[in-house]
Amino acid sequence: MKFTLSWLKDHLDTTATLDEILYALTDLGLEVEGVEDRGAKLRDFTIGYVKSAEKHPDADRLRVCQVETDEGVKQIICGAPNAREGITVVVAKPGVYVPGIDTTIGVGKIRGIESFGMMASEREMELSDEHDGIIELPSGEVGQSFVDWLAENDPAKVDPVIEIAITPNRPDALGVRGIARDLAARGLGTLKKRDVDAVEGTFPCPVSVTIDGDTLEQCPVFYGRVIRGVSNGPSPAWLQDCLRAIGLRPISFLVDVTNFFTYDRNRPLHVFDADKIAGKALRVHRAKGGETLIGLDEKDYTFDEGMTLISDANGVESIGGVMGGLASGCTEETTNVFLETAYFDPIRTAHTGRALKINSDARYRFERGIDPAWTPYGIEHATRMILDHAGGEASEVIVAGKIPETGRAYKLDAARVRSLVGMDIPESEQRQTLTSLGFVLEGSMAHVPSWRPDVQGEADLVEEVARVASLTKLQGKPLPRVTEGVPKPILSPVQRREAIARRTCAALGYNECVTYTFIDQASAALFGGGAEDTKLENPISSDMSHMRPALLPGLLQAAARNQARGFGDLALFEVGPAFHGGEPGEQHTLVSGLLVGRTGPKDVLGASRAVDVFDVKADAETVLATLGAPAKVQILRGASEWWHPGRHGMICLGPKKVLGIFGELHPRVLAAMDVKGPAMAFTLWPGEVPMPRKTGATRPALKISDLQAVERDFAFVVDADVEALTLVNAAMGADKALIEDVHIFDEFIGGSLGEGKKSLALTVRMQPVDQTLKDTDIEAVSAKVVEKVSKATGAVLRG
Amino acid sequence: MDDLKQKYLGQIADAGDEAVLEAIRLSAVGKKGEVALKMRELGKMTPEERQVAGPALNALKDEINSALAAKKAALADTALDARLREEWLDVTLPARSRRQGTIHPISQVTEEVTAIFAEMGFSVAEGPRIDTDWYNFDALNIPGHHPARAEMDTFYMHRAEGDNRPPHVLRTHTSPVQIRSMETMGAPMRIICPGGVYRADYDQTHTPMFHQVEGLAIDQDISMANLKWVLEEFVKAFFEVDGVDLRFRASHFPFTEPSAEVDIRCSWEGGKLNVGEGDDWLEILGSGMVHPKVLKAGGIDPESWQGFAFGMGIDRIAMLKYGIPDLRAFFDSDLRWLRHYGFASLDQPTLHGGLSR
Repeated sequence: MKFTLSWLKDHLDTTATLDEILYALTDLGLEVEGVEDRGAKLRDFTIGYVKSAEKHPDADRLRVCQVETDEGVKQIICGAPNAREGITVVVAKPGVYVPGIDTTIGVGKIRGIESFGMMASEREMELSDEHDGIIELPSGEVGQSFVDWLAENDPAKVDPVIEIAITPNRPDALGVRGIARDLAARGLGTLKKRDVDAVEGTFPCPVSVTIDGDTLEQCPVFYGRVIRGVSNGPSPAWLQDCLRAIGLRPISFLVDVTNFFTYDRNRPLHVFDADKIAGKALRVHRAKGGETLIGLDEKDYTFDEGMTLISDANGVESIGGVMGGLASGCTEETTNVFLETAYFDPIRTAHTGRALKINSDARYRFERGIDPAWTPYGIEHATRMILDHAGGEASEVIVAGKIPETGRAYKLDAARVRSLVGMDIPESEQRQTLTSLGFVLEGSMAHVPSWRPDVQGEADLVEEVARVASLTKLQGKPLPRVTEGVPKPILSPVQRREAIARRTCAALGYNECVTYTFIDQASAALFGGGAEDTKLENPISSDMSHMRPALLPGLLQAAARNQARGFGDLALFEVGPAFHGGEPGEQHTLVSGLLVGRTGPKDVLGASRAVDVFDVKADAETVLATLGAPAKVQILRGASEWWHPGRHGMICLGPKKVLGIFGELHPRVLAAMDVKGPAMAFTLWPGEVPMPRKTGATRPALKISDLQAVERDFAFVVDADVEALTLVNAAMGADKALIEDVHIFDEFIGGSLGEGKKSLALTVRMQPVDQTLKDTDIEAVSAKVVEKVSKATGAVLRG
Repeated sequence: MDDLKQKYLGQIADAGDEAVLEAIRLSAVGKKGEVALKMRELGKMTPEERQVAGPALNALKDEINSALAAKKAALADTALDARLREEWLDVTLPARSRRQGTIHPISQVTEEVTAIFAEMGFSVAEGPRIDTDWYNFDALNIPGHHPARAEMDTFYMHRAEGDNRPPHVLRTHTSPVQIRSMETMGAPMRIICPGGVYRADYDQTHTPMFHQVEGLAIDQDISMANLKWVLEEFVKAFFEVDGVDLRFRASHFPFTEPSAEVDIRCSWEGGKLNVGEGDDWLEILGSGMVHPKVLKAGGIDPESWQGFAFGMGIDRIAMLKYGIPDLRAFFDSDLRWLRHYGFASLDQPTLHGGLSR
């Protein structure tokens, strides 16, 4: 919402400075977004008088002028055709910045003669586009500030323009008068009386208006009258200046009047050319659906069933509360005008505007709510202005429907301000505030003014009182602790796990990413998503059309971007939600890590190598361990198709309980996502890790033996597709009491063993419990190990 | 005997390696060495002679043994010195590289915020990112026609043909979590709700996904003055300054009443934000007393309970605190950015150890 200072002062009698007004506006909740102090940039221009002007000896078009200024007579070279002796001019002395040419004036020589400044045109000062010559002022003292002269003689040119943000609850502040009322309540002046007397109609209104019975809810009331014999044309200068200052283009007087009241009183109006109303009858009705209209913006509109339309014998002429039609609108030639002042329902207007994608000042105001009770006054104000400037003769006012009832009252509980806001404001002051905002107090009941649709309860009264008193004055007051003493921990086990997983990944050398939770359909589809249920109806781009089914596609896209920037060794991770459906709650938290490239830069020690599956396996196991996952897990195959079929493992507690997956990603997926592979990854489901049955902080007692453990190595030859874990489990089972650990330490494939064979070497660690192992004991266990492993895998002890 | 002493001490001193030293030992104090032979001669001596020669021979044996041991140690030292000279390394060569992982600023700042509010008794509540329009709007006193709905640039989920429910939304704020928490926890309560939120907007200062933390405290005797204190304490702790000026400006949010925008006093010197000093005001959050209709929607009786709520952008306060210029870069995963603005894994923010280094 934009307005000028003088427009405000039209409604507010005040001695407050601009800064005081700006501060109060923001503090009242009418946040100042900007002030265009149009005089500021002209602050240094002063008025001068040309004593003499002679032709420049070396240039026909230049004149050497002696100009009286506040600093004495200055010599200024000027090229303007009207530069001549005896005129009062505007001078920019050396050092003055001239906005229209974006230059700071210096002392210069023009064709050998020194010049000490410049005489300015209107365009050079950005006052208008006028640049035929320098400004000649009809008055003004030498040395006087030009801004002061303008303020006195042509104030509209330097009037500050104030722009404020209006929150949706304050439609009343969409009119300058509403803003003035707030400032007056704050104590920054008094609201001026701006009533006009009703204009007596001299003839019956020749246009009739009816509202269909089923339309009274969306258009409860319609006031109208014809003014005949007007002469439309350009608006008077003050009106044009007003509109231009706030960024509106003056069109013609009759149209400008509607725009003026839209901003002055938050009272949108519409003017029809009365001669173009077919059948001299307007009917407000609900659209049947399919009707069409060319709007004032010259676009075609087709209406849905139920929209509020205004039609004549020819069909639709106007969209109620939103926009008029082109055919019946006023033009420069209009001599008989039909003035419409109606009230349209906010909700219906909002739906219609949104559906038709029309953002008009009228819609903006009707959907927030105008003052229905002011409807009859609005028509009189507009009539008066039209008669005053365009002449003509007004008909009687016709009324269809009736003004909707807005009366309501709430109890003012003065103690509520104290208990809700924490400010001490005397009841008398509270009553005074409400009264100056237009509330009518009847005992403790406050009747809400018709222009405040937002006030819907007692809390609103508190808000008004506190707002006007200024929340800036509010003093903080300590919030007592919930319980005495040391605060209790507040994170849930799930939240702690998430934080632990995150910090463990970072400790393992991964960089945390936060990627968008929506991705393109193709990428989502590669990871089992991309279906309709996770689709956005209105994505911002096709790259962000589906909720992600997993974290890996986002990380792969991040890897591709980094590779494109020349960074090939990457360790990225993310902890965040993935979506398995489109209903609330169909999301689950994942932890995913991605390794691409080498373990580090090439180095003299030969430590750098390409990342592999066992890197991500180690990392996945480490993170799971910190999350409290049991050490004994199964490694199964057969995960989803975006993993390398032979190079991945699912870390499981039973076939259905997957804690995580690690492995190499499928080359086809990498190719589709433009990632230069191979790429290793892990994904963990922290929610699947069983919660420990916590019984206290006490650990079980440590049982350690003083007896020395014994290790024995075995090498087995097995078929190449036999999994190491099978051997380990078999060996572990050979003597559950004695064998503490089985560890694979070597793998050798092919060679002298022949095709399809491999050798696996393992260390079995035996921990005696009650007595030192004798050689015969060890031999017995070893034989059992060989037997178990052979039975389980067909292995033979390597010779 | 002096001859013997001179001879062997001289040989020991001249010995160049351990083998020579061992030969000397054998010939001097070995079983058949000269000193041993002399010892055998003691038997033939008179008791008087023996009393003189015995101790002398023992002393000679000790002296030679000491000299041998000292020489052996000296030779070992020399050999070790020589080996160590050989083992010189160019220690300016780079070490085996170790990846340095990082924590994203959003996670870090979320933990900072959590630490501060935890101290004031707020727990952390979370909820779904896809939510019904009831939780995201209606329950928060934003009915279907409310202009705020249109202004929020909401993302809607696709609705299958024949499913006539209103479309679900990507939550435009974490406020739905407030409602869900009211339903499950009831009054009194203190929670913060951090998390990702969505608005269909993308430019220099807006991304379609960003992060918010909202707070909610409901009790019987709780006012906007308490809210102001909580926020003052938060801002001081978060920006790690001793004092801060907060300005409450009247504003409007459908879900609070009265509502206030909160500015903090600050200065911008050379592009660097200094909180608590200067003449500028920086808007950092919105707040207010929870609207009675919102309490009712959460199943809490507004006649008995009241409370305050506030909300701010996590990404935004991260940018302010750590001088991060561009919001869009938060979600780009540029390795250089992650390393530069990220935090070490062990830099866990705590109130006792400090939030930032």
